[in-house]
Amino acid sequence: MTNVNPETLKSLVCQHITDADVNVHCYSGDDHFEMTVISESFAGKSRIQRHKMVYAALGDNMRQAVHALALKTITPEEASS
Amino acid sequence: MSDTIQEQIAAVINNNDILLFMKGTPQMPQCGFSQRVCAILAEYGVPFSAINVLLDPAVREGIKIFSDWPTIPQLYVKGEFIGGCDIVTEMHEDGELGALLAPFVPTE
Repeated sequence: MTNVNPETLKSLVCQHITDADVNVHCYSGDDHFEMTVISESFAGKSRIQRHKMVYAALGDNMRQAVHALALKTITPEEASS
Repeated sequence: MSDTIQEQIAAVINNNDILLFMKGTPQMPQCGFSQRVCAILAEYGVPFSAINVLLDPAVREGIKIFSDWPTIPQLYVKGEFIGGCDIVTEMHEDGELGALLAPFVPTE
């Protein structure tokens, strides 16, 4: 199994959600990650839709290298409120 | 055969008002995320059913396909997919979950 690092995950998200401000770090071992994604594109979308956008960006990594991902998805407005 | 699993998952979701697909059991969760969702549900005192996906690889993969969601736990209320641990936690903190579960809280 190939390992992923926070930078790889960040660049995958940024490729798919181009305005994304991504903060990601490893919190346990090398396959438990915590990620916050801030993007205008989340506006008007449900939490489930937002998470699915991030999961789609991460693709097969979600099924393999990433064991756990704690995820927060917010818009710039929500981030500043 | 895979259709059968999907049908079984649909049936169990329809037959249980509050249903949690989790790793382990509410008494003995096998994963911190599953444990957290159980703890949140326990705070509301609502009865819920739980399916331990670790007991059956077909269910473990099948529920991911059914929900189009790559992780466990997964919470369903009245047949609707609510989310995983992060979403349940956020909804708990901002009061949405309380409103959603209010009809299921025992009256005495």
